[in-house]
Amino acid sequence: MRITSPHAHTPGNTGDVMKQIILATIPGLIALTYFFGPGSLINVIMMTAACMGVEAAILKLRRRPLGFYLGDYSAAVTGVLLGLAIPPYCPWWIVAIGAISAIGIAKHLYGGIGYNPFNPAMIAYVILLISFPLEMSQWAEPRTVLTESKELIGPFSALSHIWFGTPLTGALDAWTGATPLDSFKQNNSLLVEQLYASDSLFSTARWAGAGWEWVNIGFLAGGIYLLYKKIFTWHAPIAMLAMLFFCACIGYDNGSSNSLGSPLFHLLSGGTMLGAFFIITDPVSSAVSNRGRLIFGALAGLLIYLIRSFGNYPDAVAFAVLLMNFAAPFIDYYTVPRTYGHKKAKRATIKQES
Amino acid sequence: MSTPVNYKEISHNGLWKNNAALVQLLGLCPLLAVTGSIVNALGLGLATMLVLVGSNMAVSLIRHAVSDAVRLPAFVMIIASFTTCTELLMKAYTFELYQILGIFIPLIVTNCAILGRADAFACKNKVLPSIWDGLMMGAGFTLVLVAIGTIREIIGSGTLFADMHLLLGPMAENWTIHLFGDNFQGMLIAILPPGAFIVTGFLIALKNIIDAKQSERAKRAKAADPKISKRVRTTGTVS
Repeated sequence: MRITSPHAHTPGNTGDVMKQIILATIPGLIALTYFFGPGSLINVIMMTAACMGVEAAILKLRRRPLGFYLGDYSAAVTGVLLGLAIPPYCPWWIVAIGAISAIGIAKHLYGGIGYNPFNPAMIAYVILLISFPLEMSQWAEPRTVLTESKELIGPFSALSHIWFGTPLTGALDAWTGATPLDSFKQNNSLLVEQLYASDSLFSTARWAGAGWEWVNIGFLAGGIYLLYKKIFTWHAPIAMLAMLFFCACIGYDNGSSNSLGSPLFHLLSGGTMLGAFFIITDPVSSAVSNRGRLIFGALAGLLIYLIRSFGNYPDAVAFAVLLMNFAAPFIDYYTVPRTYGHKKAKRATIKQES
Repeated sequence: MSTPVNYKEISHNGLWKNNAALVQLLGLCPLLAVTGSIVNALGLGLATMLVLVGSNMAVSLIRHAVSDAVRLPAFVMIIASFTTCTELLMKAYTFELYQILGIFIPLIVTNCAILGRADAFACKNKVLPSIWDGLMMGAGFTLVLVAIGTIREIIGSGTLFADMHLLLGPMAENWTIHLFGDNFQGMLIAILPPGAFIVTGFLIALKNIIDAKQSERAKRAKAADPKISKRVRTTGTVS
Protein backbone atom coordinates (compact mmCIF):
# COMPACT_ATOMS: atom_id res chain seq x y z
CA MET A 1 0.00 0.00 0.00
CA ARG A 2 1.28 3.42 -0.92
CA ILE A 3 0.68 6.04 1.74
CA THR A 4 1.31 9.49 0.47
CA SER A 5 0.79 11.64 3.52
CA PRO A 6 0.85 11.17 7.25
CA HIS A 7 -2.90 11.35 7.33
CA ALA A 8 -3.74 8.88 4.58
CA HIS A 9 -5.63 6.03 6.11
CA THR A 10 -7.58 4.78 3.15
CA PRO A 11 -6.07 2.47 0.57
CA GLY A 12 -4.00 4.27 -1.97
CA ASN A 13 -5.31 3.13 -5.32
CA THR A 14 -8.23 1.59 -7.14
CA GLY A 15 -6.68 -1.85 -7.28
CA ASP A 16 -6.37 -2.06 -3.47
CA VAL A 17 -9.98 -0.97 -2.99
CA MET A 18 -11.22 -3.50 -5.51
CA LYS A 19 -9.18 -6.30 -3.91
CA GLN A 20 -10.73 -5.49 -0.53
CA ILE A 21 -14.21 -5.63 -2.07
CA ILE A 22 -13.52 -9.03 -3.62
CA LEU A 23 -12.18 -10.23 -0.28
CA ALA A 24 -15.31 -9.03 1.49
CA THR A 25 -17.63 -11.10 -0.70
CA ILE A 26 -16.08 -14.32 0.60
CA PRO A 27 -18.41 -14.88 3.61
CA GLY A 28 -21.48 -14.51 1.42
CA LEU A 29 -19.97 -16.75 -1.22
CA ILE A 30 -19.21 -19.40 1.39
CA ALA A 31 -22.83 -19.27 2.56
CA LEU A 32 -24.12 -19.55 -1.02
CA THR A 33 -21.86 -22.51 -1.70
CA TYR A 34 -22.76 -24.22 1.56
CA PHE A 35 -26.51 -23.94 1.06
CA PHE A 36 -26.91 -24.19 -2.71
CA GLY A 37 -23.93 -26.28 -3.78
CA PRO A 38 -20.97 -25.19 -5.90
CA GLY A 39 -23.06 -23.33 -8.51
CA SER A 40 -22.36 -19.81 -7.29
CA LEU A 41 -18.67 -20.51 -6.84
CA ILE A 42 -18.47 -21.74 -10.44
CA ASN A 43 -20.47 -18.71 -11.55
CA VAL A 44 -18.11 -16.33 -9.82
CA ILE A 45 -15.01 -17.96 -11.26
CA MET A 46 -16.41 -18.17 -14.79
CA MET A 47 -17.89 -14.70 -14.72
CA THR A 48 -14.69 -13.12 -13.40
CA ALA A 49 -12.66 -14.81 -16.10
CA ALA A 50 -15.19 -13.81 -18.77
CA CYS A 51 -15.30 -10.19 -17.59
CA MET A 52 -11.51 -9.93 -17.53
CA GLY A 53 -11.42 -11.44 -21.01
CA VAL A 54 -13.97 -9.01 -22.43
CA GLU A 55 -12.23 -6.13 -20.69
CA ALA A 56 -8.89 -7.13 -22.21
CA ALA A 57 -10.41 -7.52 -25.67
CA ILE A 58 -12.11 -4.13 -25.58
CA LEU A 59 -9.06 -2.40 -24.11
CA LYS A 60 -7.10 -3.80 -27.03
CA LEU A 61 -9.73 -2.52 -29.47
CA ARG A 62 -9.57 0.90 -27.84
CA ARG A 63 -5.76 0.82 -27.79
CA ARG A 64 -5.56 1.37 -24.05
CA PRO A 65 -2.77 -0.02 -21.85
CA LEU A 66 -3.84 -3.53 -20.86
CA GLY A 67 -1.82 -4.02 -17.72
CA PHE A 68 -2.82 -0.73 -16.15
CA TYR A 69 -6.56 -1.16 -16.59
CA LEU A 70 -6.69 -4.88 -15.86
CA GLY A 71 -4.58 -4.29 -12.77
CA ASP A 72 -7.24 -2.12 -11.14
CA TYR A 73 -9.46 -5.22 -10.76
CA SER A 74 -12.61 -3.26 -11.55
CA ALA A 75 -13.62 -5.80 -14.18
CA ALA A 76 -12.97 -8.58 -11.68
CA VAL A 77 -15.26 -6.90 -9.13
CA THR A 78 -17.99 -6.56 -11.71
CA GLY A 79 -17.54 -10.23 -12.57
CA VAL A 80 -17.66 -11.35 -8.95
CA LEU A 81 -20.78 -9.33 -8.17
CA LEU A 82 -22.58 -10.45 -11.31
CA GLY A 83 -21.55 -14.04 -10.66
CA LEU A 84 -23.05 -13.80 -7.18
CA ALA A 85 -26.25 -12.25 -8.49
CA ILE A 86 -27.14 -14.73 -11.24
CA PRO A 87 -28.69 -18.04 -10.26
CA PRO A 88 -26.35 -21.00 -9.73
CA TYR A 89 -26.12 -23.70 -12.42
CA CYS A 90 -27.21 -21.39 -15.21
CA PRO A 91 -25.79 -22.34 -18.62
CA TRP A 92 -22.45 -21.00 -19.85
CA TRP A 93 -23.94 -18.70 -22.46
CA ILE A 94 -25.74 -16.75 -19.73
CA VAL A 95 -22.31 -16.05 -18.27
CA ALA A 96 -20.92 -15.07 -21.67
CA ILE A 97 -23.77 -12.71 -22.53
CA GLY A 98 -23.65 -11.28 -19.01
CA ALA A 99 -19.95 -10.48 -19.29
CA ILE A 100 -20.38 -8.85 -22.70
CA SER A 101 -23.33 -6.76 -21.46
CA ALA A 102 -21.58 -5.69 -18.27
CA ILE A 103 -18.15 -4.83 -19.61
CA GLY A 104 -18.88 -4.19 -23.27
CA ILE A 105 -22.18 -2.32 -23.18
CA ALA A 106 -22.55 -0.89 -19.69
CA LYS A 107 -18.91 0.04 -19.11
CA HIS A 108 -16.87 0.59 -22.26
CA LEU A 109 -19.56 2.01 -24.53
CA TYR A 110 -19.81 4.83 -22.00
CA GLY A 111 -16.06 5.34 -21.84
CA GLY A 112 -14.64 2.76 -19.45
CA ILE A 113 -13.95 2.89 -15.74
CA GLY A 114 -15.19 6.04 -14.07
CA TYR A 115 -17.50 7.04 -16.91
CA ASN A 116 -20.32 4.53 -16.57
CA PRO A 117 -23.55 6.16 -15.40
CA PHE A 118 -25.01 2.79 -14.42
CA ASN A 119 -23.69 -0.07 -12.38
CA PRO A 120 -22.34 -2.53 -14.99
CA ALA A 121 -23.17 -5.66 -12.99
CA MET A 122 -26.77 -4.55 -12.51
CA ILE A 123 -27.23 -3.58 -16.17
CA ALA A 124 -26.04 -7.03 -17.16
CA TYR A 125 -28.29 -8.67 -14.58
CA VAL A 126 -31.34 -6.81 -15.85
CA ILE A 127 -30.49 -7.54 -19.50
CA LEU A 128 -30.23 -11.22 -18.62
CA LEU A 129 -33.37 -11.18 -16.49
CA ILE A 130 -35.61 -9.68 -19.15
CA SER A 131 -33.97 -11.61 -21.99
CA PHE A 132 -34.00 -15.05 -20.41
CA PRO A 133 -36.70 -15.04 -17.72
CA LEU A 134 -36.78 -18.83 -17.52
CA GLU A 135 -33.08 -19.45 -16.90
CA MET A 136 -32.77 -16.45 -14.62
CA SER A 137 -35.57 -17.48 -12.28
CA GLN A 138 -34.40 -21.03 -11.58
CA TRP A 139 -32.83 -21.05 -8.16
CA ALA A 140 -31.54 -24.23 -6.62
CA GLU A 141 -33.19 -25.49 -3.47
CA PRO A 142 -31.20 -24.85 -0.31
CA ARG A 143 -29.71 -27.80 1.50
CA THR A 144 -32.08 -27.61 4.47
CA VAL A 145 -35.23 -28.35 2.46
CA LEU A 146 -33.80 -31.24 0.46
CA THR A 147 -35.57 -34.50 1.21
CA GLU A 148 -33.75 -37.78 1.60
CA SER A 149 -34.01 -38.80 -2.02
CA LYS A 150 -32.30 -35.63 -3.19
CA GLU A 151 -28.75 -34.61 -2.62
CA LEU A 152 -26.88 -31.40 -2.92
CA ILE A 153 -25.52 -31.02 -6.44
CA GLY A 154 -21.90 -32.06 -6.80
CA PRO A 155 -19.27 -30.06 -8.66
CA PHE A 156 -18.94 -32.46 -11.59
CA SER A 157 -22.63 -32.79 -12.39
CA ALA A 158 -22.84 -29.01 -11.98
CA LEU A 159 -20.07 -28.42 -14.51
CA SER A 160 -21.51 -30.82 -17.06
CA HIS A 161 -24.91 -29.16 -16.62
CA ILE A 162 -23.43 -25.71 -17.16
CA TRP A 163 -21.38 -26.66 -20.22
CA PHE A 164 -23.35 -29.42 -21.89
CA GLY A 165 -26.86 -29.03 -20.52
CA THR A 166 -27.07 -32.51 -19.00
CA PRO A 167 -29.96 -32.63 -16.54
CA LEU A 168 -29.08 -32.35 -12.87
CA THR A 169 -29.84 -35.07 -10.33
CA GLY A 170 -31.84 -37.26 -12.66
CA ALA A 171 -35.30 -35.79 -12.34
CA LEU A 172 -35.98 -32.77 -14.53
CA ASP A 173 -36.32 -29.48 -12.72
CA ALA A 174 -36.43 -31.18 -9.34
CA TRP A 175 -33.41 -29.24 -8.24
CA THR A 176 -35.07 -25.86 -8.54
CA GLY A 177 -37.53 -24.35 -6.16
CA ALA A 178 -39.17 -21.12 -5.15
CA THR A 179 -37.09 -18.61 -3.26
CA PRO A 180 -38.52 -17.25 -0.01
CA LEU A 181 -39.46 -14.03 -1.82
CA ASP A 182 -41.33 -16.06 -4.45
CA SER A 183 -43.32 -18.12 -2.02
CA PHE A 184 -44.11 -15.09 0.10
CA LYS A 185 -45.40 -13.29 -2.95
CA GLN A 186 -47.52 -16.21 -4.12
CA ASN A 187 -49.09 -16.64 -0.70
CA ASN A 188 -52.48 -15.03 -0.41
CA SER A 189 -54.45 -17.30 1.86
CA LEU A 190 -52.21 -18.21 4.78
CA LEU A 191 -51.34 -16.13 7.77
CA VAL A 192 -47.64 -15.45 7.98
CA GLU A 193 -47.42 -17.80 10.96
CA GLN A 194 -49.10 -20.61 9.03
CA LEU A 195 -46.90 -20.02 6.01
CA TYR A 196 -43.80 -20.13 8.17
CA ALA A 197 -44.98 -23.40 9.71
CA SER A 198 -46.08 -25.14 6.52
CA ASP A 199 -43.45 -24.13 3.98
CA SER A 200 -40.20 -25.97 4.54
CA LEU A 201 -38.33 -22.93 3.18
CA PHE A 202 -39.36 -21.11 6.34
CA SER A 203 -39.84 -23.91 8.83
CA THR A 204 -36.22 -25.04 8.48
CA ALA A 205 -34.97 -21.49 8.82
CA ARG A 206 -34.36 -19.37 11.82
CA TRP A 207 -35.46 -15.90 10.68
CA ALA A 208 -36.18 -15.30 7.07
CA GLY A 209 -35.94 -18.25 4.71
CA ALA A 210 -33.62 -21.21 4.48
CA GLY A 211 -30.16 -20.44 3.21
CA TRP A 212 -30.94 -16.87 2.24
CA GLU A 213 -30.72 -15.53 5.78
CA TRP A 214 -27.16 -16.83 6.09
CA VAL A 215 -26.21 -15.58 2.64
CA ASN A 216 -27.39 -12.14 3.64
CA ILE A 217 -25.65 -12.32 6.98
CA GLY A 218 -22.49 -13.26 5.10
CA PHE A 219 -22.71 -10.20 2.89
CA LEU A 220 -23.54 -8.09 5.94
CA ALA A 221 -20.34 -9.31 7.57
CA GLY A 222 -18.37 -8.49 4.43
CA GLY A 223 -19.97 -5.06 4.34
CA ILE A 224 -19.08 -4.35 7.94
CA TYR A 225 -15.49 -5.33 7.16
CA LEU A 226 -15.46 -2.84 4.27
CA LEU A 227 -16.91 -0.14 6.53
CA TYR A 228 -14.19 -0.88 9.07
CA LYS A 229 -11.60 -0.59 6.32
CA LYS A 230 -13.18 2.74 5.27
CA ILE A 231 -13.68 1.61 1.69
CA PHE A 232 -16.95 3.54 1.62
CA THR A 233 -18.97 5.64 4.03
CA TRP A 234 -21.89 4.27 6.01
CA HIS A 235 -24.45 6.68 4.54
CA ALA A 236 -25.85 4.83 1.54
CA PRO A 237 -26.08 1.29 3.00
CA ILE A 238 -27.50 2.37 6.34
CA ALA A 239 -30.03 4.68 4.70
CA MET A 240 -31.13 1.91 2.37
CA LEU A 241 -31.49 -0.70 5.12
CA ALA A 242 -33.25 1.76 7.43
CA MET A 243 -35.72 2.75 4.74
CA LEU A 244 -36.41 -0.89 3.87
CA PHE A 245 -36.91 -1.63 7.59
CA PHE A 246 -39.24 1.33 7.97
CA CYS A 247 -41.36 0.42 4.94
CA ALA A 248 -41.55 -3.21 6.01
CA CYS A 249 -42.77 -2.11 9.46
CA ILE A 250 -45.64 -0.28 7.78
CA GLY A 251 -46.49 -3.13 5.44
CA TYR A 252 -46.10 -5.99 7.92
CA ASP A 253 -49.73 -5.84 8.90
CA ASN A 254 -49.09 -7.95 12.00
CA GLY A 255 -48.76 -11.13 9.97
CA SER A 256 -52.11 -11.35 8.21
CA SER A 257 -52.48 -13.14 4.90
CA ASN A 258 -52.11 -9.80 3.13
CA SER A 259 -48.89 -9.06 4.95
CA LEU A 260 -46.04 -7.82 2.81
CA GLY A 261 -43.39 -9.43 4.97
CA SER A 262 -41.73 -8.68 8.25
CA PRO A 263 -38.83 -6.24 8.48
CA LEU A 264 -36.42 -9.05 9.28
CA PHE A 265 -37.69 -11.00 6.29
CA HIS A 266 -36.98 -8.10 3.94
CA LEU A 267 -33.58 -7.37 5.41
CA LEU A 268 -32.43 -10.99 5.17
CA SER A 269 -33.80 -12.20 1.87
CA GLY A 270 -32.99 -11.83 -1.78
CA GLY A 271 -30.18 -9.47 -2.64
CA THR A 272 -30.74 -6.95 0.16
CA MET A 273 -27.33 -7.09 1.81
CA LEU A 274 -25.44 -7.64 -1.44
CA GLY A 275 -27.18 -4.58 -2.82
CA ALA A 276 -26.72 -2.47 0.29
CA PHE A 277 -22.99 -3.00 0.76
CA PHE A 278 -21.65 -3.96 -2.65
CA ILE A 279 -23.91 -2.43 -5.29
CA ILE A 280 -25.22 0.96 -4.17
CA THR A 281 -21.82 1.84 -2.73
CA ASP A 282 -20.34 1.86 -6.24
CA PRO A 283 -18.38 5.13 -6.22
CA VAL A 284 -18.99 5.89 -9.90
CA SER A 285 -22.71 5.47 -10.37
CA SER A 286 -24.04 6.56 -6.97
CA ALA A 287 -24.36 10.02 -5.45
CA VAL A 288 -21.17 11.79 -4.43
CA SER A 289 -21.73 13.76 -1.23
CA ASN A 290 -22.65 12.21 2.10
CA ARG A 291 -26.02 13.93 2.17
CA GLY A 292 -26.60 12.80 -1.40
CA ARG A 293 -25.73 9.24 -0.45
CA LEU A 294 -28.27 9.30 2.37
CA ILE A 295 -30.98 10.31 -0.10
CA PHE A 296 -29.70 7.88 -2.72
CA GLY A 297 -29.72 4.95 -0.30
CA ALA A 298 -33.09 5.78 1.23
CA LEU A 299 -34.81 6.07 -2.13
CA ALA A 300 -33.18 2.84 -3.28
CA GLY A 301 -34.58 1.13 -0.19
CA LEU A 302 -38.03 2.55 -0.88
CA LEU A 303 -37.92 1.36 -4.49
CA ILE A 304 -36.73 -2.09 -3.47
CA TYR A 305 -39.65 -2.41 -1.11
CA LEU A 306 -42.20 -1.12 -3.60
CA ILE A 307 -40.99 -3.25 -6.52
CA ARG A 308 -40.72 -6.34 -4.33
CA SER A 309 -44.21 -5.88 -2.97
CA PHE A 310 -46.12 -4.65 -6.01
CA GLY A 311 -43.94 -5.46 -9.03
CA ASN A 312 -43.88 -8.49 -11.27
CA TYR A 313 -40.33 -9.59 -10.59
CA PRO A 314 -39.42 -11.48 -7.43
CA ASP A 315 -36.49 -9.33 -6.39
CA ALA A 316 -35.95 -5.68 -6.97
CA VAL A 317 -32.42 -4.67 -6.04
CA ALA A 318 -31.20 -4.42 -9.63
CA PHE A 319 -34.15 -2.38 -10.86
CA ALA A 320 -34.06 -0.09 -7.84
CA VAL A 321 -30.34 0.53 -8.21
CA LEU A 322 -30.62 1.30 -11.92
CA LEU A 323 -33.50 3.72 -11.34
CA MET A 324 -31.49 5.45 -8.64
CA ASN A 325 -28.45 5.62 -10.93
CA PHE A 326 -30.64 7.68 -13.25
CA ALA A 327 -31.41 9.98 -10.36
CA ALA A 328 -27.87 10.30 -9.01
CA PRO A 329 -26.84 13.39 -11.06
CA PHE A 330 -30.09 15.09 -10.02
CA ILE A 331 -29.43 14.30 -6.36
CA ASP A 332 -25.87 15.56 -6.73
CA TYR A 333 -27.13 18.82 -8.19
CA TYR A 334 -29.11 19.61 -5.04
CA THR A 335 -26.67 18.27 -2.47
CA VAL A 336 -23.42 19.99 -3.26
CA PRO A 337 -21.69 20.44 0.13
CA ARG A 338 -20.95 23.93 1.35
CA THR A 339 -17.28 24.67 0.95
CA TYR A 340 -15.40 26.20 3.85
CA GLY A 341 -15.60 29.96 3.74
CA HIS A 342 -18.76 30.10 1.68
CA LYS A 343 -22.16 30.71 3.20
CA LYS A 344 -24.13 28.79 0.63
CA ALA A 345 -23.33 25.81 -1.53
CA LYS A 346 -23.36 26.16 -5.25
CA ARG A 347 -25.82 24.01 -7.08
CA ALA A 348 -24.00 22.15 -9.77
CA THR A 349 -23.05 18.72 -10.93
CA ILE A 350 -19.75 19.72 -12.41
CA LYS A 351 -17.10 22.10 -11.31
CA GLN A 352 -18.05 25.53 -12.53
CA GLU A 353 -15.50 28.01 -13.65
CA SER A 354 -15.76 31.23 -11.76
CA MET B 1 -34.39 28.01 -58.48
CA SER B 2 -32.78 28.27 -61.84
CA THR B 3 -29.86 26.01 -61.05
CA PRO B 4 -30.20 22.55 -62.56
CA VAL B 5 -31.39 19.90 -60.14
CA ASN B 6 -28.80 17.37 -59.16
CA TYR B 7 -30.70 14.12 -58.79
CA LYS B 8 -27.60 12.24 -57.78
CA GLU B 9 -27.00 14.56 -54.87
CA ILE B 10 -30.63 14.25 -53.76
CA SER B 11 -30.22 10.48 -53.75
CA HIS B 12 -26.96 10.66 -51.84
CA ASN B 13 -28.57 13.00 -49.31
CA GLY B 14 -31.59 10.82 -48.76
CA LEU B 15 -29.87 7.48 -48.61
CA TRP B 16 -26.70 8.35 -46.75
CA LYS B 17 -25.54 11.87 -45.95
CA ASN B 18 -28.78 13.18 -44.50
CA ASN B 19 -30.44 9.88 -43.72
CA ALA B 20 -33.65 10.59 -41.82
CA ALA B 21 -33.08 7.86 -39.24
CA LEU B 22 -29.33 7.76 -38.73
CA VAL B 23 -28.32 11.39 -39.16
CA GLN B 24 -31.34 13.56 -38.56
CA LEU B 25 -32.68 11.09 -35.99
CA LEU B 26 -36.22 11.89 -37.09
CA GLY B 27 -39.11 9.49 -36.88
CA LEU B 28 -37.51 7.61 -34.02
CA CYS B 29 -40.83 6.60 -32.50
CA PRO B 30 -41.84 4.15 -35.25
CA LEU B 31 -38.18 3.29 -35.74
CA LEU B 32 -37.95 2.02 -32.19
CA ALA B 33 -41.45 0.67 -31.82
CA VAL B 34 -42.11 -1.55 -34.81
CA THR B 35 -38.73 -2.87 -35.92
CA GLY B 36 -39.06 -6.13 -34.05
CA SER B 37 -39.13 -8.11 -37.29
CA ILE B 38 -38.37 -7.53 -40.95
CA VAL B 39 -41.97 -7.68 -42.05
CA ASN B 40 -43.07 -5.01 -39.57
CA ALA B 41 -40.14 -2.79 -40.47
CA LEU B 42 -40.65 -3.17 -44.21
CA GLY B 43 -44.40 -2.62 -43.89
CA LEU B 44 -44.06 0.58 -41.95
CA GLY B 45 -41.12 1.73 -44.08
CA LEU B 46 -43.10 1.34 -47.30
CA ALA B 47 -46.11 3.08 -45.79
CA THR B 48 -43.93 5.98 -44.68
CA MET B 49 -42.30 6.14 -48.11
CA LEU B 50 -45.68 6.27 -49.81
CA VAL B 51 -46.85 9.12 -47.59
CA LEU B 52 -43.55 10.94 -48.06
CA VAL B 53 -43.67 10.76 -51.86
CA GLY B 54 -47.31 11.81 -51.96
CA SER B 55 -46.96 14.67 -49.52
CA ASN B 56 -43.80 15.96 -51.18
CA MET B 57 -45.55 15.97 -54.53
CA ALA B 58 -48.67 17.71 -53.23
CA VAL B 59 -46.74 20.26 -51.21
CA SER B 60 -44.59 21.06 -54.21
CA LEU B 61 -47.68 21.50 -56.38
CA ILE B 62 -49.32 24.02 -54.06
CA ARG B 63 -46.13 25.76 -53.00
CA HIS B 64 -47.05 29.03 -54.73
CA ALA B 65 -50.66 29.04 -53.57
CA VAL B 66 -50.06 28.72 -49.82
CA SER B 67 -48.78 31.71 -47.90
CA ASP B 68 -45.95 31.30 -45.46
CA ALA B 69 -48.11 31.98 -42.41
CA VAL B 70 -50.39 29.00 -42.86
CA ARG B 71 -48.01 26.61 -44.58
CA LEU B 72 -47.50 24.25 -41.63
CA PRO B 73 -51.20 23.52 -41.02
CA ALA B 74 -51.63 23.05 -44.74
CA PHE B 75 -48.74 20.59 -44.88
CA VAL B 76 -50.08 18.66 -41.93
CA MET B 77 -53.50 18.41 -43.61
CA ILE B 78 -51.88 17.05 -46.74
CA ILE B 79 -49.80 14.54 -44.80
CA ALA B 80 -52.82 13.45 -42.80
CA SER B 81 -54.81 12.84 -45.97
CA PHE B 82 -52.06 10.70 -47.47
CA THR B 83 -51.67 8.83 -44.21
CA THR B 84 -55.38 8.07 -44.19
CA CYS B 85 -55.14 6.81 -47.76
CA THR B 86 -52.23 4.57 -46.83
CA GLU B 87 -54.07 3.31 -43.80
CA LEU B 88 -57.12 2.40 -45.86
CA LEU B 89 -54.91 0.71 -48.45
CA MET B 90 -53.22 -1.38 -45.80
CA LYS B 91 -56.56 -2.22 -44.25
CA ALA B 92 -57.74 -3.44 -47.63
CA TYR B 93 -54.74 -5.43 -48.79
CA THR B 94 -52.61 -6.35 -45.76
CA PHE B 95 -55.16 -6.50 -43.00
CA GLU B 96 -53.13 -8.64 -40.59
CA LEU B 97 -50.08 -6.43 -40.89
CA TYR B 98 -52.38 -3.45 -40.39
CA GLN B 99 -53.52 -4.99 -37.12
CA ILE B 100 -49.97 -5.72 -36.00
CA LEU B 101 -48.69 -2.23 -36.75
CA GLY B 102 -51.79 -0.77 -35.13
CA ILE B 103 -51.49 2.80 -33.91
CA PHE B 104 -48.17 3.37 -35.68
CA ILE B 105 -49.80 3.72 -39.09
CA PRO B 106 -51.96 6.72 -38.14
CA LEU B 107 -48.95 8.05 -36.25
CA ILE B 108 -47.09 8.45 -39.54
CA VAL B 109 -48.76 11.88 -39.54
CA THR B 110 -46.56 12.92 -36.66
CA ASN B 111 -43.37 11.58 -38.21
CA CYS B 112 -41.16 14.67 -38.24
CA ALA B 113 -39.17 13.35 -41.17
CA ILE B 114 -42.18 13.89 -43.44
CA LEU B 115 -43.06 17.38 -42.27
CA GLY B 116 -39.35 18.17 -42.28
CA ARG B 117 -38.98 17.23 -45.94
CA ALA B 118 -42.14 19.13 -46.87
CA ASP B 119 -40.86 22.29 -45.25
CA ALA B 120 -37.18 21.96 -46.11
CA PHE B 121 -37.36 20.67 -49.65
CA ALA B 122 -40.75 20.28 -51.30
CA CYS B 123 -42.00 23.81 -50.71
CA LYS B 124 -38.90 25.25 -52.37
CA ASN B 125 -38.50 22.91 -55.33
CA LYS B 126 -40.28 21.78 -58.43
CA VAL B 127 -42.51 18.74 -58.50
CA LEU B 128 -40.20 16.17 -60.02
CA PRO B 129 -37.21 16.78 -57.74
CA SER B 130 -39.61 16.80 -54.78
CA ILE B 131 -40.99 13.41 -55.69
CA TRP B 132 -37.46 12.10 -56.14
CA ASP B 133 -36.45 13.55 -52.77
CA GLY B 134 -39.45 11.91 -51.09
CA LEU B 135 -38.60 8.62 -52.70
CA MET B 136 -34.97 8.74 -51.64
CA MET B 137 -35.64 9.98 -48.11
CA GLY B 138 -38.27 7.28 -47.73
CA ALA B 139 -35.93 4.66 -49.13
CA GLY B 140 -33.18 5.70 -46.70
CA PHE B 141 -35.61 5.51 -43.81
CA THR B 142 -36.94 2.14 -44.96
CA LEU B 143 -33.46 0.71 -45.39
CA VAL B 144 -32.54 1.63 -41.83
CA LEU B 145 -35.82 0.23 -40.53
CA VAL B 146 -35.22 -3.04 -42.36
CA ALA B 147 -31.61 -3.21 -41.17
CA ILE B 148 -32.69 -2.77 -37.56
CA GLY B 149 -35.57 -5.19 -38.07
CA THR B 150 -33.20 -7.81 -39.48
CA ILE B 151 -30.75 -7.57 -36.60
CA ARG B 152 -33.49 -7.60 -33.97
CA GLU B 153 -35.28 -10.50 -35.58
CA ILE B 154 -32.09 -12.57 -35.78
CA ILE B 155 -31.10 -11.93 -32.17
CA GLY B 156 -34.57 -11.85 -30.72
CA SER B 157 -36.24 -14.81 -32.36
CA GLY B 158 -33.55 -16.50 -34.44
CA THR B 159 -35.50 -16.23 -37.69
CA LEU B 160 -35.36 -14.31 -40.94
CA PHE B 161 -38.31 -13.24 -43.08
CA ALA B 162 -40.86 -14.66 -40.65
CA ASP B 163 -44.50 -13.88 -41.59
CA MET B 164 -43.49 -12.16 -44.81
CA HIS B 165 -46.72 -13.37 -46.41
CA LEU B 166 -48.55 -10.73 -44.37
CA LEU B 167 -47.01 -8.13 -46.63
CA LEU B 168 -46.16 -9.92 -49.85
CA GLY B 169 -49.02 -12.36 -50.15
CA PRO B 170 -49.05 -16.16 -50.38
CA MET B 171 -45.84 -16.38 -52.41
CA ALA B 172 -43.84 -15.53 -49.29
CA GLU B 173 -45.57 -18.16 -47.19
CA ASN B 174 -42.50 -20.37 -46.76
CA TRP B 175 -39.80 -17.75 -46.59
CA THR B 176 -39.15 -18.15 -42.89
CA ILE B 177 -35.59 -19.21 -42.20
CA HIS B 178 -34.73 -20.63 -38.79
CA LEU B 179 -31.11 -19.68 -38.37
CA PHE B 180 -30.23 -21.52 -35.19
CA GLY B 181 -32.54 -24.51 -35.24
CA ASP B 182 -35.91 -24.84 -33.60
CA ASN B 183 -34.68 -24.91 -30.02
CA PHE B 184 -33.31 -21.40 -30.12
CA GLN B 185 -35.48 -19.31 -27.86
CA GLY B 186 -34.11 -15.89 -28.66
CA MET B 187 -32.85 -13.05 -26.54
CA LEU B 188 -35.98 -11.22 -25.57
CA ILE B 189 -34.31 -7.89 -25.00
CA ALA B 190 -33.71 -7.51 -28.74
CA ILE B 191 -37.45 -7.58 -29.34
CA LEU B 192 -38.16 -5.18 -26.48
CA PRO B 193 -37.66 -1.41 -26.85
CA PRO B 194 -34.17 -1.33 -25.24
CA GLY B 195 -32.95 -3.64 -27.99
CA ALA B 196 -34.06 -1.11 -30.58
CA PHE B 197 -32.10 1.65 -28.86
CA ILE B 198 -28.98 -0.49 -28.64
CA VAL B 199 -29.16 -1.64 -32.27
CA THR B 200 -29.86 1.89 -33.51
CA GLY B 201 -26.90 3.17 -31.52
CA PHE B 202 -24.62 0.59 -33.07
CA LEU B 203 -25.85 1.43 -36.57
CA ILE B 204 -25.22 5.15 -36.01
CA ALA B 205 -21.75 4.32 -34.73
CA LEU B 206 -21.11 2.16 -37.78
CA LYS B 207 -22.14 4.98 -40.10
CA ASN B 208 -19.89 7.44 -38.30
CA ILE B 209 -16.96 5.04 -38.54
CA ILE B 210 -17.49 4.62 -42.28
CA ASP B 211 -17.78 8.39 -42.73
CA ALA B 212 -14.63 9.02 -40.72
CA LYS B 213 -12.70 6.43 -42.72
CA GLN B 214 -13.91 7.94 -45.97
CA SER B 215 -13.04 11.51 -45.09
CA GLU B 216 -9.65 10.39 -43.88
CA ARG B 217 -9.02 8.62 -47.15
CA ALA B 218 -10.16 11.66 -49.10
CA LYS B 219 -7.86 13.88 -47.07
CA ARG B 220 -4.95 11.57 -47.65
CA ALA B 221 -5.65 11.43 -51.36
CA LYS B 222 -5.80 15.21 -51.47
CA ALA B 223 -2.57 15.53 -49.55
CA ALA B 224 -0.82 12.97 -51.68
CA ASP B 225 -2.09 14.28 -54.98
CA PRO B 226 -0.32 17.62 -55.57
CA LYS B 227 3.03 16.27 -54.44
CA ILE B 228 3.12 13.88 -57.33
CA SER B 229 1.56 16.02 -59.99
CA LYS B 230 3.20 19.33 -59.28
CA ARG B 231 6.68 18.10 -58.62
CA VAL B 232 9.15 19.31 -61.14
CA ARG B 233 11.69 16.76 -62.07
CA THR B 234 15.13 18.21 -62.13
CA THR B 235 17.26 15.17 -62.70
CA GLY B 236 17.01 12.40 -65.14
CA THR B 237 17.14 9.49 -62.74
CA VAL B 238 14.32 8.34 -60.55
CA SER B 239 15.40 6.74 -57.32
